[in-house]
Amino acid sequence: MLKYTIKRILAMIPQLFILSILVFLLTKAMPGDPLSQAFRANPNLDPAVLAELQEKAGFNDPWYVQYVNWIKGLLQGDLGISYIHKVEITKLLGDRFVNTIWLGLATLILTYLIAIPLGLIAGRYQNSWADKMIVGYNYVSYAVPLFVFALLMLFIFGFRLDLFPTSGSVNPQVEPGTWDYFLSRIHHLILPALTGALLSTVGTIQYLRNEIIDTKHKDFVKTARAKGTSEKNVYNRHILRNSLLPIAAFLGSDIVGILGGSIFIEQIFGYPGIGQLFITSISQRDYNVVIILVMLSGFLALLGTLLSDIILSIIDPRIRIEN
Amino acid sequence: MLSGQQLLQIKHLTTSFRIGDHYYPAVDDLSLTVRENEVVAIVGESGCGKSALALSIMKLHQQENTKIEGNILYNGNNLVSLSVDEMNKYRGKEIGMIFQDPLTALNPLMRVGQQIEEGMKNHLNLSKEEMKQRSINLLAKVGIPNPERTYYQYPHELSGGMRQRVVIATAIACEPKLLIADEPTTALDVTIQAQILDLLRDMQKEMKTGIILITHDLGVVAEMADKVAVMYAGQIVELADVQTLFTNPLHPYTRSLFNSLPSADHAQDRLHVIQGMVPSLKNLPRHGCRFAERIPWIDSSAHEELPVLREVEKDHFVRCTCWQHFDFPEEAEVKNHAVT
Repeated sequence: MLKYTIKRILAMIPQLFILSILVFLLTKAMPGDPLSQAFRANPNLDPAVLAELQEKAGFNDPWYVQYVNWIKGLLQGDLGISYIHKVEITKLLGDRFVNTIWLGLATLILTYLIAIPLGLIAGRYQNSWADKMIVGYNYVSYAVPLFVFALLMLFIFGFRLDLFPTSGSVNPQVEPGTWDYFLSRIHHLILPALTGALLSTVGTIQYLRNEIIDTKHKDFVKTARAKGTSEKNVYNRHILRNSLLPIAAFLGSDIVGILGGSIFIEQIFGYPGIGQLFITSISQRDYNVVIILVMLSGFLALLGTLLSDIILSIIDPRIRIEN
Repeated sequence: MLSGQQLLQIKHLTTSFRIGDHYYPAVDDLSLTVRENEVVAIVGESGCGKSALALSIMKLHQQENTKIEGNILYNGNNLVSLSVDEMNKYRGKEIGMIFQDPLTALNPLMRVGQQIEEGMKNHLNLSKEEMKQRSINLLAKVGIPNPERTYYQYPHELSGGMRQRVVIATAIACEPKLLIADEPTTALDVTIQAQILDLLRDMQKEMKTGIILITHDLGVVAEMADKVAVMYAGQIVELADVQTLFTNPLHPYTRSLFNSLPSADHAQDRLHVIQGMVPSLKNLPRHGCRFAERIPWIDSSAHEELPVLREVEKDHFVRCTCWQHFDFPEEAEVKNHAVT
C-alpha cells in the first residue's frame, strides 16, 4: 500500500511536467501580455517604451526559452512575480490560498454531512414522503442558480438577521493565533460554506439514493437477513458500505471543485480567496499568476484521484492493491 | 424415515405479489409438512413458485409488494403473523437458508470469517475467540482445505464451489433444525455439484436437519430427497415419497418432466420438451387444471373444474383427474393403431 502510494506520487511528476508545458503554451496563446494590457489602460504611454519593456521582459523570445526560464525558477521555489500586483506570487497567493482551502474543505464537509444522511434516508425509505421531499430538494438545488441563492442567503442571514458577517474572512481586529481569531474565521466561513454545500449536495444524494435502492435488493442482503440480522445492522454493515463506493470515487473530482466551485461564492461573499484572483489575473493577462493557479488546480486533481483510489482500496478489498 | 416429529407445517399458504393495482398469487393455497431429519424436495420449472415459497417461509419478500396468507407453523408457532424482530429470532437460529448463486450471496466487502460469525453474533452468546474457533471448525467441516487462511479471506478470492461451501457454513453456523436450500447447485459446474450434494447429505445425516430442497434437477432429487412435491403454477400437483414418485409418476406434469430427461440408453435424435411454457403470474389460469393448456391433445372433459389434491394410493397425492386419461402423443398414436 505504502509502496503503491509512493509510486503514484512519483508518477505525478511527469504528469505535472506535461501539464506545465500545456498550460504555459495556452496562456501564452492568449492575445496580449501584462505590459500591453497595462499600456492600453493608459494611452499617454509611448508604444516605443512598451516594445522596449517587452523585449527586456523576454516576451519576444521563442516560447521554449521563456518556458525554460520559467520552469527553472519554479524548480527553485520561485513562482515569479505578478506584473499587475507587483509582488511575488508566493506572497500574493499565501493568505488567499489558505482561505480558499478553508472554504473548500468546509463546503465539502458540510456537503457530505447534509448529503449522506439525506441520501441514506431517501434510499432506505424509497417513495415515502421523506424520500419525495429529499428528491424535491434535489431538483430545486440543481435548478436554482448559485448567484441568486447566494445573494438570497447573504440578504437573509447576513443583512436582515445579522447572524453572520457579510464579507471578509476574519475580523481584522482580533489577534492572529488566538482562540477568538479561530472562532472569527469559522464565523466568517459558515455562511459561504453552507451556501455552497446546500447547492452541491445533488450528486451525492442522488448517487447514494440510487446505490442504496440497488444494493438493498442484492442477494447478499438477503443472506444477511436470513441470518437473523436486524434491519439496523443490515443497513449499517451491508448496504451502506457497499453503497458508499461511488461516493468515494467522486471524492477526487470534489476536491478539484474546491478551487473552481468557490469562484462565485468568494465574489459574492467578498471572501478573499484565489477565485477572485483567478478572474482578475486572466482579464489582466497576469500570465505568471494564471499559470500557477492552473498548475495548482491540476496538482489538486492528481492528489484528489490518488486520495479516492486510496480510500476506495480501503473500503473495497476487490481493488486492494497487492504489492 | 418419516417417523420424525413435525417440524414445519405449511397450511393453505398463499403468497401474492403486487403487479400494478392487483395482487397475483405466486404460491396458491399450498400445504406441506416437513418432519425432523427429512429432506423434502420441491421440483418444477422456473416460474412455478418454488423460490417464492422458500422466501415466504423466511419472510424475505419485499414487504410492500407482497401479501402472505395462510399459516406457516414452525414447532407450532405461526411465522406468518410475526413481526420482523420476532422473525429474526428464527432466521439463522431455527431456519437456515442456502442461496442459489454463491457469487452474489456473500457480501464482497466482508471477510469470510465475519460473515459466518454474523449469525452467531445475532443468536449465540459467544466470546470473540469462541466464535472464531467455531467458524474455523465450520469451514473445515464444509471441506475448505485451509480454514485458518480462508477465515481471513474475502469472497472474491475463492472459487464458486468454495464460496458455496462458505454459504453453507454461514447457513449452518447456529445449527438450525431446518435448512432451506434454494437451488444450491444450479450455479455450479457438474463435478462441484456432486461435491456440494455429498456435503449437504453428510451434514443432514450428522445434524439430523430437516431440509427443504428446491431444485429443477431430478437427478438431485433422486440423490437427496425423502419426499417430493412437484409444483406447477403455484400449486403442488403431485406429492409422494421419492421411491413412489420415481417408479410411478402419475400427474401429466410429473410424467412430462421425466419424459424430457435426456437418456443415455437410446440415442434420441431430439429431446422431448413440454409444449408451451409456464404462464406468467398475471396470466395464470385461475380455474380448471392449470396444466391443461400444455397438453392440448387431452380432451378438456378429462380435467376437473376445481382440481384438488387427492390421495390416489397411500401417501401419494395427485391433483386433477386428467392423469387417468393422459398419454403422450406418440403413445396415443400407438394405442389408436391397436384399436383400428
